[in-house]
Amino acid sequence: MKKPAAAAPEMPHPMEELLRMDRIPHIWCPTCGLGTVVTAFAAALETLELPLDDVAVVSGIGCTGRVAGYIKVDSFHTTHGRAIPFATGLHLTNPKLKTVVISGDGDLISIGGNHFIHAARRNVDITVICVNNFTYAMTGGQVAPTTPLGANASTMPYGNYERPFNIPYLAESSGAVYVARWSALHVRRLTTAIAEALEKPGFSVVEVISPCSTLYSRRNRLGTGLDLMKFYHDNCVIKHGAPTRELDIGFQEEITVGKFVDLERPTYVDAMNKWYAGVFGDDYEPYEGAVK
Amino acid sequence: MPKDLPAAPDSTKSKYWRKPLDADKVKIPHGELHILTARCKGCMFCVEYCPRGVLEMSEDFNAKGYHYPVAENDPACVNCRLCEMLCPEFAIFCLAVEEEDAVDDS
Repeated sequence: MKKPAAAAPEMPHPMEELLRMDRIPHIWCPTCGLGTVVTAFAAALETLELPLDDVAVVSGIGCTGRVAGYIKVDSFHTTHGRAIPFATGLHLTNPKLKTVVISGDGDLISIGGNHFIHAARRNVDITVICVNNFTYAMTGGQVAPTTPLGANASTMPYGNYERPFNIPYLAESSGAVYVARWSALHVRRLTTAIAEALEKPGFSVVEVISPCSTLYSRRNRLGTGLDLMKFYHDNCVIKHGAPTRELDIGFQEEITVGKFVDLERPTYVDAMNKWYAGVFGDDYEPYEGAVK
Repeated sequence: MPKDLPAAPDSTKSKYWRKPLDADKVKIPHGELHILTARCKGCMFCVEYCPRGVLEMSEDFNAKGYHYPVAENDPACVNCRLCEMLCPEFAIFCLAVEEEDAVDDS
């Protein structure tokens, strides 16, 4: 019988420095892609060599909402859909903090959809990592605003007939300055995208297509998360700079991934300082945060 | 016409039949795999996507009742760390073997 390689006393995993180990093992199902996204986020922090005290993670509710509880940086597990308002408040209080929202499609685009478009419109300097698994996974596989046409969900037992959101198009048309989409299989490109999004001043969005084995995949007879990873491997087409209006995702159809939007626009705080400096002249002291 | 032309490469053996100019200087990195078997939930991402085919699934089970990966072909590991990046359970990682200890493939 084959023995494991590490017969010697087990060494700690390098990720353990960034995880709250008292909460591990996590609750995510076998073959879920969320652990991979967390690793990619950690790798992005490592590439940027950011001090962990300067990073804050905000999550909403849902499977992805658990990320805030597992990552050992200052983190905030908020009410359903309200991750972006909390993150906006956090950012405005201390604009030097790298505020990152890691949450799911149902949390950010459905329940928090209004907050998403207005934070993008104002160009608040936060990074949004939206993990899209095409369903509400924690609550039982209900139809989400990203569920592809024709896919089965527990509230759409004969297939979904609602037109889904195209997240990059929504983000770009609302005013996001950085929009990228990768799957959980493209870990290295995802790491680069998260690092670029963190560096970008303004509202940056990274959509991550992630397998949900227990609900989306099982209800649609798509096999395990590994089968979905193989599907991404065979059907993801990289098109950098593709027009976002063409990025709709059909049920088990080709998925366009890449970096679509990367532009410069004054952030919310910069725009406010510039405007007030024009109105009040030298009397105005530029706002640099309430935390000194 | 020069006489001592090299023999035509056998393209069936390797796709990379042109020898790189610095082939004698480059050392292939090697990695040492560490697998925390108790954490594994048997998703097989590492086994499926290891570019060197180092890993395979075990026949026995861990305490959770899953098959876990074993390093079947450890010397082939080039420390690319793709398994470490893909693992959703933080259960596998790779450490570089120091240069002087590295096995020279040439």
